[in-house]
Amino acid sequence: MRFYEYESKALFARHGLPTGAGSLAQTAEQARAAAAQIGGPVVVKSQVLSGGRMKAGAVQFADTPEAAARQFEAVWPIRVNGEQPRAVLVEAKSAVAHEFFASVTWDGRRKLPVLLFSDMGGIDIEEVAAQHPAHLSRTHFSTLLPLTERSAKEAVAAVGISGGDLNRLTPIVLRLAQLFLDCDLTLAEINPLAKLADGSFLALDGHVEMEAEARGAQQALLAELGIGEDETRQARPPTDFEREGARLNAADHRGVAGNVVEFDGDLGLVIGAGGGSLTLFDAVRRHGGRPANYCEIGGNPSVRKTRNLTRLILGKPGVGKIAVMMNVVSNTRVDIVARGVILGCLDAGRDPAEAIAIFRIPGSWEEEGFRILEKYGVEFCDRSVSMFEAAGRAVAKLGGAGA
Amino acid sequence: MPGTFIEVKVDAATAANPDLARQLRESCPVDIFAQREDGQLRIVEENLDECVLCDLCKKIGPKGAVQVIKLYE
Ligand code: SF4
Repeated sequence: MRFYEYESKALFARHGLPTGAGSLAQTAEQARAAAAQIGGPVVVKSQVLSGGRMKAGAVQFADTPEAAARQFEAVWPIRVNGEQPRAVLVEAKSAVAHEFFASVTWDGRRKLPVLLFSDMGGIDIEEVAAQHPAHLSRTHFSTLLPLTERSAKEAVAAVGISGGDLNRLTPIVLRLAQLFLDCDLTLAEINPLAKLADGSFLALDGHVEMEAEARGAQQALLAELGIGEDETRQARPPTDFEREGARLNAADHRGVAGNVVEFDGDLGLVIGAGGGSLTLFDAVRRHGGRPANYCEIGGNPSVRKTRNLTRLILGKPGVGKIAVMMNVVSNTRVDIVARGVILGCLDAGRDPAEAIAIFRIPGSWEEEGFRILEKYGVEFCDRSVSMFEAAGRAVAKLGGAGA
Repeated sequence: MPGTFIEVKVDAATAANPDLARQLRESCPVDIFAQREDGQLRIVEENLDECVLCDLCKKIGPKGAVQVIKLYE
């Protein structure tokens, strides 16, 4: 889940990272008062979750409180990628001598957090990585042990920084790494991290994202930041289909058959197990298939839960068939899922043999499950068929490229 | 009424015995057994297909008093 810039900065300030003076405004008068309190040139920034504010004209500068009020009027109506601003942040304009980049994110391949540091801030870091690789350092560290001061120093020094700047930047990246671990973040980024004319450093912009599953553990922090339990912070508001999926999942505590995301394809997916959902979704796309949804099943959902999810997916306009696929399951029972999807098909008025393109869930109680599927004439396969191959068969049945 | 996949049969004497009915209600992990106000057994039809085939109910009452039948075999 994403944080607004003002929330990111509040988090930075709590962890001893340098942020500037500023306050939020939702009216031109509030913007004027905020600028008057700062008492000098200000920057007026729209608070939206999506990127591209600068390009959209949603970041403006003002030298006087009256100009700040005018800039508020200019910025407030701008929808950045269709998103209405939550507020406008009025901050002191800083005299910037140089811009750096500091970020901590998760490296899925190494399965470790990674600190990225560059002396070329303010621009796309992908561009720096591609065009100026010597200006970007990557330092992996453990989730169990904090990043050491020595490693932090090496990360900063690796792009050619020394002397006083090295000494000032080292604690900043150390704190950013600790913030990442303490708050269960998936991204903690300062870009630009500005060196001011007086030699001090300041986070001019912040981008923070938290692992959605950590909401429970981080409840106190979210409450302090004023983030309500109903705020999903997704890139778009949930659709009716997604809302119904969440409702059905929440209605029964047994297992998971939810995390439904709507797409506009024709192949419904009942998928899951230990990262299997993402793998299977990608496999369907790789075969040229068009998923109608993403979802996750696991933790041995009840028959009713799988049934409701199946009925929901089959009821979605444009869905021709469903593919029921998981990784090898140990704590989810194949027979229970088989019963659920068959009942869901029957509820939707569909013949399971025709509606289920493929059932590929190997694992516990598979023989029992396969007996059920056999009785209803559903095509199934065991672990000798890979997830990729099963996805291909499903796509082929809908007339796509497939296997 | 049986479920789509599972049917549960309980003999009349066991179903009429409030103590055995209570044991059945307490043993089933997916609430297939309930008790009426007079203590007699009631089978919760909408839960039948949730049966996890644990056989706990079969250990209650005289041998063969409770049968769990798979309708897909
Ligand atoms: S076998 Fe287990 S789940 Fe099924 S009815 Fe008996 S006690 Fe309930």
